Amino acid sequence: MIGETRVMLEHAGDPEQRTLAGYRKHGGYQALAKALREMKPEEVTEEVLKSGLRGRGGAGFPTGRKWKFVPKTTKRKYIAVNADESEPGTCKDRQIMENDPHQLIEGTLLAAYAIGAETCYIYVRGEYPHSIAALENALDEARGAGLVGRDIMGSGFSCDIWVHPGAGAYICGEETALLTSLEGNRGYPRLRPPFPAVEGLWKSPTVVNNVETLSCVTHILRRGAAWFSSLGCEGSTGTRLFCISGHVKNPGVYELECGKFTLRELLMDLAGGTPSGRPIKGVLPGGSSMPVLTEAELDVRFDLDSIAKAGSSLGSGAIMVFDDSVSAVDVALNISQFYSHESCGQCTPCREGSDWVRLMLDAVRRGEAKTKDVALLLDVLDRIEGNTICALAEAFCWPVRSFVRKFGAEFEAHVAGRASA
Amino acid sequence: MQKLATVNLTIDGKRVGAKPGSTIWEAAKEAGIDVPVLCHDPRFEPVGVCRMCAVEVEGARVMAAACVRKVEEGMVVRTASEKVERCRRMLTELLMSEQPEISPKDATTGGDKLWALAERYGVEVRLPRGNSRPDDLSSPAIAVHHQACILCDRCIRACDEVQVNEVIGRTGKGYAARISFDLDNPMGKSTCVTCGECVAACPTGALVNKPVAGDLKAATKAVDSVCPYCGVGCAVTYHVDEAKNRVLWVDGRESPGNQERLCVKGRYGFDYALHPHRLTKPLIRIKYPRGPLSSEVETSHGHRRKPGGVVDYAEVMPAFREATWDEALDLVAKRLSEIRDRDGPGALAGFGSAKCTNEEAYLFQKLVRTAFGTNNVDHCTRLCHASSVAALLEMIGSGAVTTTYGDIVNADVALLTGTNATSNHPVAATFFKQAARSGTRLIVVDPRASGISRHAWRFCQIRSGTDVAFYNGMMHVIVEEGLVDEEYVKKHTTGFEAVKAKVKEYTPERAAAICGVPADVIREVAIAYGKAKAAVTYWGMGMSQHVHGTDNCRCIISLALMTGNIGKEGAGLHPLRGQNNVQGASDAGLIPMVFPDYQRVDNAEARAKFEGAWGRKLDPKPGLTVVEIVKGALEGRIKGMYMLGENPFLSDPNTNKVRKALSNLEFLVVQDIFLTETAEFADVVLPATSALEKDGTVTNTDRRVQVMRPALKPPGEARLDWQIICDIATRMGYPMRYRSAADVFDEMVPLTEAYRGLTHGNLGPTGKLYPCPEPEKSDGTVVMFGDGFPTADGRAKFVPADHTGADELPDKEYPFILVTGRVLEHWHTGVMTRRSMTLDAREPEAFVEVHPDDCARLGVDTGRMVTVSSRRGTISLKVRKGTHTQPGSVFIPFHFREAAANVLTTDKLDPFGKIPEFKFCAVKVVPA
Ligand SMILES: Cc1cc2nc3c(=O)[nH]c(=O)nc-3n(C[C@H](O)[C@H](O)[C@H](O)COP(=O)(O)O)c2cc1C
Ligand code: SF4
Ligand code: SF4
Ligand code: SF4
Ligand code: FES
Repeated sequence: MIGETRVMLEHAGDPEQRTLAGYRKHGGYQALAKALREMKPEEVTEEVLKSGLRGRGGAGFPTGRKWKFVPKTTKRKYIAVNADESEPGTCKDRQIMENDPHQLIEGTLLAAYAIGAETCYIYVRGEYPHSIAALENALDEARGAGLVGRDIMGSGFSCDIWVHPGAGAYICGEETALLTSLEGNRGYPRLRPPFPAVEGLWKSPTVVNNVETLSCVTHILRRGAAWFSSLGCEGSTGTRLFCISGHVKNPGVYELECGKFTLRELLMDLAGGTPSGRPIKGVLPGGSSMPVLTEAELDVRFDLDSIAKAGSSLGSGAIMVFDDSVSAVDVALNISQFYSHESCGQCTPCREGSDWVRLMLDAVRRGEAKTKDVALLLDVLDRIEGNTICALAEAFCWPVRSFVRKFGAEFEAHVAGRASA
Repeated sequence: MQKLATVNLTIDGKRVGAKPGSTIWEAAKEAGIDVPVLCHDPRFEPVGVCRMCAVEVEGARVMAAACVRKVEEGMVVRTASEKVERCRRMLTELLMSEQPEISPKDATTGGDKLWALAERYGVEVRLPRGNSRPDDLSSPAIAVHHQACILCDRCIRACDEVQVNEVIGRTGKGYAARISFDLDNPMGKSTCVTCGECVAACPTGALVNKPVAGDLKAATKAVDSVCPYCGVGCAVTYHVDEAKNRVLWVDGRESPGNQERLCVKGRYGFDYALHPHRLTKPLIRIKYPRGPLSSEVETSHGHRRKPGGVVDYAEVMPAFREATWDEALDLVAKRLSEIRDRDGPGALAGFGSAKCTNEEAYLFQKLVRTAFGTNNVDHCTRLCHASSVAALLEMIGSGAVTTTYGDIVNADVALLTGTNATSNHPVAATFFKQAARSGTRLIVVDPRASGISRHAWRFCQIRSGTDVAFYNGMMHVIVEEGLVDEEYVKKHTTGFEAVKAKVKEYTPERAAAICGVPADVIREVAIAYGKAKAAVTYWGMGMSQHVHGTDNCRCIISLALMTGNIGKEGAGLHPLRGQNNVQGASDAGLIPMVFPDYQRVDNAEARAKFEGAWGRKLDPKPGLTVVEIVKGALEGRIKGMYMLGENPFLSDPNTNKVRKALSNLEFLVVQDIFLTETAEFADVVLPATSALEKDGTVTNTDRRVQVMRPALKPPGEARLDWQIICDIATRMGYPMRYRSAADVFDEMVPLTEAYRGLTHGNLGPTGKLYPCPEPEKSDGTVVMFGDGFPTADGRAKFVPADHTGADELPDKEYPFILVTGRVLEHWHTGVMTRRSMTLDAREPEAFVEVHPDDCARLGVDTGRMVTVSSRRGTISLKVRKGTHTQPGSVFIPFHFREAAANVLTTDKLDPFGKIPEFKFCAVKVVPA
């Protein structure tokens, strides 16, 4: 049987954990105290580097390495916490923010100390009023206790944290769009280079990290990099939150160690298989932006690198399952509808392309497309991918292409007008 | 890291050396490789959104936008690979599938860049969609075809970065995205000032000029010339339909001055020249006694014309009959000669115009000085910067600017005072606003919070008429803080001690009590100015049009001198000249006390030189100035006048007095392109040519001498102004014969040291900044007086000034201060601009701006008619509620004949510059 390993969600069921006193009872803010008293900022970064922690926002970039890009000489620096959690199927960050917000605050302070930032912003998805309230309450308490603000714990280190609610655009979860939005402008992604760690908020170095990533930092500093990397497997150390949804008996958020089981075991044992008992048709293993895996591909080991080798990604940790009652064309169309609506509209390939793809898939679905249109569709996807400012364009090219490739017969059947409704 | 002098990379197999920091697109261009672009224009910050320029970079996962991506050592770039070409084709197809049936750009001014790419790639649209974005035709001059928009953001950057108007943004996301004006208003209802920069920037048919003067596709000829309006002197290109003799549209032209930019007047105000009111035949008056004819000013008809508009020809024309040129010219010569011979040359006078070319101005003053035999020649410079020039000549020995408007980019502090630059020098203002954006601290000093104050680092809203106190306060601080550039003062100036002693009396607290700006702010701006590495000063008529105008200017000149802010980059003195050729007309001697190049008529040596050149004995006595000539006419001492392109009836102070003066003349000849309010008083009216029809040179506020070229043939029998002048002079017994305007210029230049070496030929397409000793090689001189001044001892002279205040202070009966000025859309007396469709549509009627507090007190609101009266007269006009003016002050633009602001103004003069106090008189406002 596959079991959970609860670290971040260890005390999630305990309402007291949301208070400062409750959090302190379980060792809260000791990691911060130790770091401020005994460690140099570089040592904090080293510890995170050693832990093997990789970002939990989607791209899986090694967190310690990201911090090291921050130039030492610049005076003004920022931490921006990505709590925009908008990827379809993803609902893990809210578990942290609503049940155990102080671990995020502590992790944020540790990151700020490591890079030398005195101001941090938590950019919270606007549709998360409970998370916003929980964070505000926790921050008030922490500020009152001298844990946030001037001269934290008498260490001489000052750092303030502000909560900034988003306004409902998916794109603002993209790290550079998040920064433009924080600056008070329309949430448009920015060209890279320069990367945010070098030139971010108001042109100053800024580390953007996901809520879960920074929560991990707290536990790494509390219990050590060696402990953290002993969990999970190489390349996917620590525990990770997964949000399983769709056609499974036991949907929900699970905290798991990677590398100990296959995707099939996860879906059949932990999630209980499909409620209908019909076979699984496909799985989006990392949110709607990732290529689909078919039933035949489910025996892949469940960890970052193995899933990547199988041609997909664990992305944001949202695992979406559908059984064979679902039409592949419908899923692809649904995905393209989402992205054409959420494209910020800056880049021509993404703005025009996403809508073109949507219309084309709709034509396919209605049996109005021709055989050569499917080839044209693939060609258009190839032209869009890798030719935009941010990865949103890829986020619809990848899944749509994977559906056309892996369920080609269904698309052809629609084109020929022979599809069963 | 080592700094490389060049970055070596390979583009399409070619080894290329590029400047470090340049983009792939720039490097490719250098190497003669064309990478197509849509969203990129080197004038704007690259944004990399259209991806048309995407190229392959070896080793990279994704394609790079060549317009943004910087070159790197050893980079291998492919700009024409199969992959790249396929991307371009696909992008073009995606964009083309949205376009309307025909390109609105190609259907008008041409040059649609997307459609050109579609042709290049032979794109066939395989999935027609067509967005359903509707057109926005609300702007008088610009059509917005949202459907043709490819969201390249060029317009946004043109509006934000170049014109700094910040009107355009985007609205909607994804496929629903489109450009929007302000908070998604129709363009015509937004804060857009119709400068047209966005139209010039748009690569597609999304933003196009409306055809105000005929089918834009009919253009057959492009003529490079100079804008006829303000002293910024923007280089323009007229696109002309030769068959119909019409200008169809105007483009800004690349020049070191305006850098392709234009304002609404320059871009959309050209159609006045095509107006059916143009005079085409000489007119001789048949209805006497002489007096005003149109009903708006002659209320005895018992009715008032509806507000707005121009002189009603139907009312005026019956007073005249058409005549031949010979008859008209003979009559003019005969009558003027009679007066001269009977009452002496001093009974004649001439008003030239700063709208004339240098050649015309030169000939006009020559005519007055030779054929008339008097120095009674002046022009509107008297009404704008006479006091500035008086102070400049007195203190630094030269009346022209010491540096250009564009030099502000090199300044870390700029003092902008008494200038409503965004309305009156709109293109110069774009450079000021841009500088502010990139860190130059603008200190704006003005009683009115005009447009430029929004861009100020510190806005000092002084009380009207308290400039001297404010600047003396600033200088007090500079002395006190030890910020005087002692070395400069010692090396280049005299008389500092007198100023030092004077400003000692003006502590910031005392200055604050007078001018209303807090003492701390006076300290702060003085310290910023004093510590600046380079500080430049630009000023307008808010400084000069006061009875203490010369004192105002003395103060800012002293300020620049004591801090060593003259004669280096980013520093200097720049009175923003009003008319497009006010600098040139002054240089050419259209001033009563000086010959060309400011050589005084009472200087025997100078006189001998001109007597030699012109072959006539010349009057040694300086002539009368504009206001003095009007006074002379009123008193019967001036009997005959020649008025070339001036409309003193509306432009001069105290209109009712001007009316009496003009009626009182024995003979008046007016040479103009329209029947002006002044022409209503004329005995003979001569049809002249507009700026679009003549050739000649004009000199802008920067001292840039540029060639105007004719775009149109004169209408009917209208003739070139210089030829009319020659004919009158010849008929009055002083023969003038020239082959061309260039010929006149060649006579003027040797007599005008500043213009030495210049010819029509070597001025080139963008003119020269005089002095320009090597016109073949250089653009001329930007910064003047790095090594001393053109004074007798080579030094500048400090002149102290005391706060005296305005002439007519508000009292119980007349409790408001009236400030007059201009609006962006109109030019002076509105004769041209009110006949331009776009300009008239944007600003059709007279108004008085009243502060909301005063509105509340008077019980009036926007749109309500009020009467405004001074001791000299009364006008009625609509209220516009606004916070630009301070409580207790009202503002009225003087363009509108139906409510002529100058009915109210006082003709009290500054004792040195002889400039009237247009910026201050006492009025009362009563709801009508
Ligand atoms: C279109 C788009 C949407 C994204 N949305 C989110 C999001 O909602 N939350 C998040 O944490 N990261 C999101 N990301 C990933 C962020 O750009 C970024 O990689 C992440 O915040 C980095 O944090 P990490 O290194 O801690 O994972 C998104 C990326 C893209 C391209
Ligand atoms: S790829 Fe799409 S979402 Fe990303 S910047 Fe471009 S248009 Fe915006
Ligand atoms: S016309 Fe000028 S002010 Fe108006 S939107 Fe275009 S650039 Fe901006
Ligand atoms: S209106 Fe023209 S310049 Fe502006 S975004 Fe659209 S296509 Fe570009
Ligand atoms: S021209 Fe480079 S992205 Fe548009």
